[in-house]
Amino acid sequence: MIDEDERIIEEKDETGEVRHSSFTLEKSSRTSVLFAILCLIIAAASIGYAILLLVDYDYAIELLRFYTDTGIGKAILGWINDFNAQFKLNLIDKDRYMYLVNGLLVTFEITFFATLMGFLLGVIVSSIRSSHDKLEEELRPGFGTFIFNILDKICRIYLTVIRGTPTVVQLLIAYFVIFASSKNKILVAILAFGINSGAYVAEIIRSGIMSIDPGQFEAGRSLGFNYVQTMIYIIIPQAFKAVLPALANEFIVLIKETSVSGYVGLQDLTKGGNIILSQTYSPFLPLLIVAAIYLVIVMFFTKLVSILEGRLRNSER
Amino acid sequence: MSVNNGEVLISVKDLKKYYNNGKIRALDGVSNDIRKGEVVVIIGPSGSGKSTFLRSLNLLERPTGGTITFDGIDITSPESDINKLRQNMGMVFQHFNLFPHLTILKNMTIAPVKLGKLSKEDAEKKAMELLGRVGLADRANSYPSQLSGGQKQRIAIVRALEMDPEVMLFDEPTSALDPEMVGEVLEVMKQLAKDGMTMVCVTHEMGFAREVGTRVIFMDEGKILEENTPEQIFTNPYNDRLKTFLQKVL
Repeated sequence: MIDEDERIIEEKDETGEVRHSSFTLEKSSRTSVLFAILCLIIAAASIGYAILLLVDYDYAIELLRFYTDTGIGKAILGWINDFNAQFKLNLIDKDRYMYLVNGLLVTFEITFFATLMGFLLGVIVSSIRSSHDKLEEELRPGFGTFIFNILDKICRIYLTVIRGTPTVVQLLIAYFVIFASSKNKILVAILAFGINSGAYVAEIIRSGIMSIDPGQFEAGRSLGFNYVQTMIYIIIPQAFKAVLPALANEFIVLIKETSVSGYVGLQDLTKGGNIILSQTYSPFLPLLIVAAIYLVIVMFFTKLVSILEGRLRNSER
Repeated sequence: MSVNNGEVLISVKDLKKYYNNGKIRALDGVSNDIRKGEVVVIIGPSGSGKSTFLRSLNLLERPTGGTITFDGIDITSPESDINKLRQNMGMVFQHFNLFPHLTILKNMTIAPVKLGKLSKEDAEKKAMELLGRVGLADRANSYPSQLSGGQKQRIAIVRALEMDPEVMLFDEPTSALDPEMVGEVLEVMKQLAKDGMTMVCVTHEMGFAREVGTRVIFMDEGKILEENTPEQIFTNPYNDRLKTFLQKVL
């Protein structure tokens, strides 16, 4: 019996997959063991103190007073009081938390529409760029080719300029120069961030298309598909799978990037925290909360992306 | 010379392919007629232009000069619909180039269905029949990554056959295979030749050339140096370059 069990374990160890899953299991179980020990210590201490309270009430109270009178106890109590006061001042008084809530909504609004616009722009620009590279040999001189070449040049310039200048500068130029007459700040921000994101998305998609083995393209063409059909049925499904994580990452980057919207007077999440800070003169709590909100959002989407990646990897087998 | 008097299917005239403004001449004036039912085997050292020649036949390589006539249509002229013509020329690649995101059945049926050549049901029926012929009917719903190299190449051949081509082009179909898998692929090709398919095949398998080929073309430096029946090429070569080549490979 024992011999048989050992053989099964050995066999499983030979495949990398099983070893990998047992590794993650080990890691997570170690964390939970630590957590359980911590809980046990806290529980034991509480039960011990409760027993002490029952047995010798006065001594138990004296003991508590001794510890709260020492420096550590005072400091902890002080922190708690301070935190409560800060919390009240920065968030509760005059409904200041609404700056954060409204700011978050603005951040989401800009991110959502800028992502849509960026994706659309990215798809258009990347199709022009990669088609130009792939079709180079097939194009014959003519008016269509001439227009196509000009479009490609425009796309190249767009990519170079957008990726070569800081986002803040682009936002400022969009607001104070290009759309100076527009009163709709959010729309300007969406356009600025959308145009910015489009350049990165375009390069991500193009890299995905270029990463597909040229043999796939040739196989599609040799079966009689034209260029567009080969792209739609053969190349894009494979490329999309390859770039989905990078695209999701670009979305996460964009969420954080919108934090510069305050430069043009937009009250996004960051600006909301900043306004609270300027009213209460206490920087600690508002900025920490703003940072924590971004962190939670990013962690949420990162988790989503990794789940997605796992799904995609599974579907390959 | 070959004594095949069938109808000319592909006629190549003075085909040229230059790179770097003519500094590199992959094809330097190649002319040849490929007739219906022929099995033309192209041999030659690497870099001789034999793959470029084969890939030019369905315009995967755009020739710099010369003409290719297929079914009486000049496919090098801008007016011809190369996508339509390619439907009648099956191609098998050295690296199989199966579509990894599709099942075997989908790999085979996507082109005829999307191009409106067959209905989905007919295409699937035909695909299963072809898969049965190469002994892979049970793998219809597998993905390419689950198959061995020899199985992949057999699938690639029947994928091309699914389009009912008039001619099959093979670009070193066994060069990327483990030695023990070469046989199963050659067997399928032999069967295909026996069934009367017109084939043009670039290969290093001299045994296949001798056994199945009706005509052997020897190329070097972008030119056809000798062409003849397999017996003549292998037993009585004329060209000096061919003689040294055969000494090395046989």
